[in-house]
Amino acid sequence: MKKLFIVTVLISAAAFATAQSIVMTKTGKISFYSRSKVEKVEADNNEVSSILNTQSGDLVFAVLLKSFHFERALMEEHFNENYVESDKFPKSTFKGKVTNLATVNFTKDGAYPITVDGELTIHGVTKKVTSNGSITVKAGKIAAFSKFSIKLKDYNITIPALVGDKISEDIDLTVDCKYEPKS
Amino acid sequence: MKMLEDESKKEKKKDYATATFKTSRLINGHSIENAAAGVLDLKISHRFGMVNKGAYEFFGLDQATMRLGLDYGISNRLMIGVGHSTFQKQYDAFGKFKILRQSKGGRWSSPISISAVSTVMLNTLKWEDPTRKNFYTSRLAFAHQLIIARKFSEGLSLQLMPSMVHYNIVSEVTIPNDIFALGIGGRIKLSKRLSFNAEYYHVLPISIVAGEGYMLPGTKNSLAVGFDIETGGHVFQLHFTNSTGMTEKTFITETTGDFFKGDIHFGFNVSRVFTIKDKRKKK
Repeated sequence: MKKLFIVTVLISAAAFATAQSIVMTKTGKISFYSRSKVEKVEADNNEVSSILNTQSGDLVFAVLLKSFHFERALMEEHFNENYVESDKFPKSTFKGKVTNLATVNFTKDGAYPITVDGELTIHGVTKKVTSNGSITVKAGKIAAFSKFSIKLKDYNITIPALVGDKISEDIDLTVDCKYEPKS
Repeated sequence: MKMLEDESKKEKKKDYATATFKTSRLINGHSIENAAAGVLDLKISHRFGMVNKGAYEFFGLDQATMRLGLDYGISNRLMIGVGHSTFQKQYDAFGKFKILRQSKGGRWSSPISISAVSTVMLNTLKWEDPTRKNFYTSRLAFAHQLIIARKFSEGLSLQLMPSMVHYNIVSEVTIPNDIFALGIGGRIKLSKRLSFNAEYYHVLPISIVAGEGYMLPGTKNSLAVGFDIETGGHVFQLHFTNSTGMTEKTFITETTGDFFKGDIHFGFNVSRVFTIKDKRKKK
């Protein structure tokens, strides 16, 4: 009986520990910019889902492309219709790992530079990406930030020659997520 | 990743069908689309003369009627617009409201979109008979339309347009004041930026006055076929139609050309959008 009790306590403690090590958000932010000589195109998405496992370093993101909002309604329509084809590929995902997790101390306030390795899927095409960013711990709250750039060509997104000078081939992405413990 | 999918399944987001058509007009008449909130849409439309007029009229290109219009999206559901046509020196104004939007996901979904459009048209030609007492209201005609549309796939959209045109005054007692019609239209996308459109309005034998015709004398049903070409902020619509006018009463009920006898007008609409208000909320 006593043994069983100890086992139960251990199991629940372990379950508690895993629960604690997983943090998530549904209101993460991803923005992208395309700066060309003629036109600046930018869009924000404030409905990014992401989960970070602070023990294993696993990091995942899921983004609905229709939740990107643009300055101009027509840009948004063209983005969904012509470029990312969000009816065919509604979601973009990232699945990766923080490679230098050992240097991050989740119990101590501070900003820790990180490197993330993983697979980014946009427009049905999956590519390996490596990006640098940071994890900030403040009063027990975990936030992640990263800025990197991708090439549209890599994801089979083609810009017609007619608007070639309005849309840059390189897109800068900014990721900004504030995590909460997963309940 | 699995965990994330489970989370997102719990609260599936409502997904509205977008870009059922490229612009707020199918060819002559309205499509299910509206100008987005805060967007001003300048419409410049031309219909040339009939192509069967031969080389003397340069196959119709020597003549042209035009309509200049401005549409504005008040909200994502409500749009208003005004216009002026050279044909009958008409002024027109309309309001268009999205009643239902095709969607999937969320608590309930809808397979179709429904919009209502009401247009008032003012003919400002000189009075035919200035000797009689003429009323300002005699210049007015109204059109009410329901637009029922479905985007079947990326490439195919169809819509039905039950319509009613009301004339405050008609020239004979045998001519009905109210004319009913059913429109059908659709598009097939040929590429991302090019689509083939067709639109047909069939006048229905509903309001038969004194046993006579339910259409205006000498008129035909309106047929139009054309292409939408999209280039950045512009949509160019090039088409062939037997209708001369570009307002609801003129193309639904006053089309005189016979499409199959070559009474066809070449025409185009150019739509240019200007964003007046930033769509995103200021941070």
